Amino acid sequence: MSSETPAPLLRIASLTKRFGGFIALDNVSVEIPPGERFGLIGPNGSGKTTLINCISGAFRTEPGTVLFRDEDITALQPHLRTRRGIARSFQIPRPFRSMTVAENLMVALDFAAHEHVSVAKRRDTMMSILTQMGLASKANVSATQLSQVELRKMELARAMATHPKLLISDEAMAGLSSSEVDEVLDLLMSLASHDITIIMIEHIMQAVMRFSDRVMCLDAGRIIAIGTPSEVMANQRVQEAYLGT
Amino acid sequence: MDLLLDAVVIGVLLGCFYGAVSLGLSVSFGLLDVPHVAHPAFLVLASYFVYFLNEHYAIDPLVAGLLITPLFFAFGLVAYRIYYETFEKRGSDAGVRGIAFFFGVAFIIEVLIIMQFGVDQRSVTADYVGKALRLGDLRIPYRLLVAFGVAAVLTILLTLYLSRTFMGRAIRAVAQDQEALRLMGTNPIRIKQWAFGIATAVLGVAGALLIIVAPVEPTLDRAYIGRTFCVVVMAGLGSMSGTLVAAIILGVAESIVLTMFGASWAPAISFAMLLGVLAVRPQGLFGRRS
Amino acid sequence: MKRNGIAFWIGAALFLAAALLMTKVVSNQYPFFAGYVILQFIALAVAWSILGGYAGYVNFGTSAFFGVGVYSSVFLVKAFGAPLPVQILTAAAIGALMGFALGLLTLRMQGIFFSIATIALTIIIETAVTNWRYVGGAAGIQIQRPPVSALFDNYVQMLFFVQAVLVVLAVAISRYIQNSWIGRGLQALKDDELAAECSGVPTLRLKLLACVISGALLCAVGAPSAMYLQFANPESAFNLNYSVSTLAMSLIGGTAHWSGPIIGAILLGTTQQLLTVTISSEVNVLVLGVMLVLFVVGAPEGIIGLIRRIFRNRNEGRES
Repeated sequence: MSSETPAPLLRIASLTKRFGGFIALDNVSVEIPPGERFGLIGPNGSGKTTLINCISGAFRTEPGTVLFRDEDITALQPHLRTRRGIARSFQIPRPFRSMTVAENLMVALDFAAHEHVSVAKRRDTMMSILTQMGLASKANVSATQLSQVELRKMELARAMATHPKLLISDEAMAGLSSSEVDEVLDLLMSLASHDITIIMIEHIMQAVMRFSDRVMCLDAGRIIAIGTPSEVMANQRVQEAYLGT
Repeated sequence: MDLLLDAVVIGVLLGCFYGAVSLGLSVSFGLLDVPHVAHPAFLVLASYFVYFLNEHYAIDPLVAGLLITPLFFAFGLVAYRIYYETFEKRGSDAGVRGIAFFFGVAFIIEVLIIMQFGVDQRSVTADYVGKALRLGDLRIPYRLLVAFGVAAVLTILLTLYLSRTFMGRAIRAVAQDQEALRLMGTNPIRIKQWAFGIATAVLGVAGALLIIVAPVEPTLDRAYIGRTFCVVVMAGLGSMSGTLVAAIILGVAESIVLTMFGASWAPAISFAMLLGVLAVRPQGLFGRRS
Repeated sequence: MKRNGIAFWIGAALFLAAALLMTKVVSNQYPFFAGYVILQFIALAVAWSILGGYAGYVNFGTSAFFGVGVYSSVFLVKAFGAPLPVQILTAAAIGALMGFALGLLTLRMQGIFFSIATIALTIIIETAVTNWRYVGGAAGIQIQRPPVSALFDNYVQMLFFVQAVLVVLAVAISRYIQNSWIGRGLQALKDDELAAECSGVPTLRLKLLACVISGALLCAVGAPSAMYLQFANPESAFNLNYSVSTLAMSLIGGTAHWSGPIIGAILLGTTQQLLTVTISSEVNVLVLGVMLVLFVVGAPEGIIGLIRRIFRNRNEGRES
């Protein structure tokens, strides 16, 4: 291991995903170092969510490998990836509808824990995450009664409850008002640290620009640009992909 | 070898009949996603209506089947309305509660038939029941030929209806994308209700075929849960021509097993094929939807 | 939590003591015949709910498990003259294996397709047993009861008590599951399987576990039935009525709490027993159908759900 550049947290090598004849991801390779704030953009259907599904394990991939902290996790089931430190939110929120907000988090705390901690300790962790997310007052409210922005926050909170090293936020700001977008963005900024790497998928460009250390743009399953936000925005192919010319 | 040929010919005819009794389910479950396990119960109910008209007014079973079609259309409209109001509208796990609901309905129908007609087998009288056509060594019962003919006509009519008429195309559209239709200013619920009505109306004639092919009894619907769902799932949800092909495959399989191993194995055929299709290829043999 | 546990076990002990006392005091045989059936349905409904309620995989194959339980006893008695405990344990083992197979099905099917597959499984097994000459084929088979052990006056009373033990066992397991991490995991995967998996819940393992436990209990409950009826035939042992009754009892009682299926089974089971005696068994199927439809439409969370709603309303009324 070289001391200059830290070993990448996540290393994706020649990942390809087909659905029947349709190629959703075409030979995608990328490395993400620990602590990075990584923006993932691309038009609808470009393969962003597919890539997330391949990282988090909802889809099996072949060929291609996913390495997480130098471990090959390509064949692991999603819950095992979660326990190794990969957490995600969903584009369309998927709360546990029969549970309260607190119980939603407790599922993650109970099942994703690396070591055994007492119930009281887990409750403390749960409350501190909810407080951090600004959801403390909603702890005992049913997940079905949350507003859109609260649902988004709860998804992030539940992901945080798994003690992630890599947090993937899949369009957590879609459908929110501009003040709510800022709220969620601030939250994501505050979560990011040297220990928590964040991949953010987003359509809202100002948010991506403000958030990301580095941005990658997908189009039709291929990487068309990767670099600093301003580099990627200036890239002609990115502009074409977005403007559709 | 002759025996096998015999079995295949009978199987094809039987298969067409299975196709006819499955068409309605192909619309209600295949296109509309309603877990209609009471479909075979409605089918048996139709048979008893036909039996009643035939017994008391000496009406030909096929004519009787046509006569009760409007009534079953109305049943369908009401049934879908109730299903929609109680399950689809409320959203979550409609499928699971829906299947329990329709099982309840099926049991109620079974008991009502028993209370009205008793548990004995019932059959109809008509010129073509009980006689057979001889083609060399082959002996084909007319009742199967009638069922075959009517099944073919039904399938063609329904296919044409779904592809050529405005309402038919709307039904196909609503199965694909409910929102799109709403944007066009059409009420998708109305269309689904209409489609469910059609699906149930077809059962009038299908019920006539059921009692023409063989005598019926109140709990016959249980065997037909397997046959109809097998056909619809194997066909790939919502494909009419696929329904006919799948039904013929089932008919031939049943007929061959019947000839080679005996009648006691027959009930398992449809269910085994259904299980196989579900496990290996859930989208059906001719499926288009994933 | 702890105090609840003690209360539960005291209740269970009292229940068993009462059942035992009843066999000593009551001389009329009818209460035992009827009571056996109700106890059997309680155990079935509770066992069913572990998979159908907690995990949300609606199993229409109760009849398959029940029938296999009956016929494993029939086979053991005919082949080896095996005693009742061996019958029950063997049935449980076979049921666990069947449950494992069922659990593998959940890999490929969900919702209504899973339900349809379980119906298919039932008919296939029934057909196989119908064609199995050794255990009587379609015509069925008579079974001789061995002499009763010293503790009981007659065999039906003993079966009654055995079924009461099975009820306690099923309820204790169901209650344990609900209160443990297994129950929380099942609830999560019932709500959303992918979200559960991504929160670290090992969904496949939990589903397999629920299937195995539920299957073993369903089969075990069926095992004494051969001795109870002294006769078995495929048509009644695999009758779809078991599946629908069990499902109806669980839904009517409510599956959100372990006590729901018990309430539903007592309510529906008692009603059915009364109707069978006073009117006819047809009416009892009619009542089953009507109750199922009414509850699924009117009270989708069952009696437990109704009680909770009333409670909540009253509490809100008090606060405001």
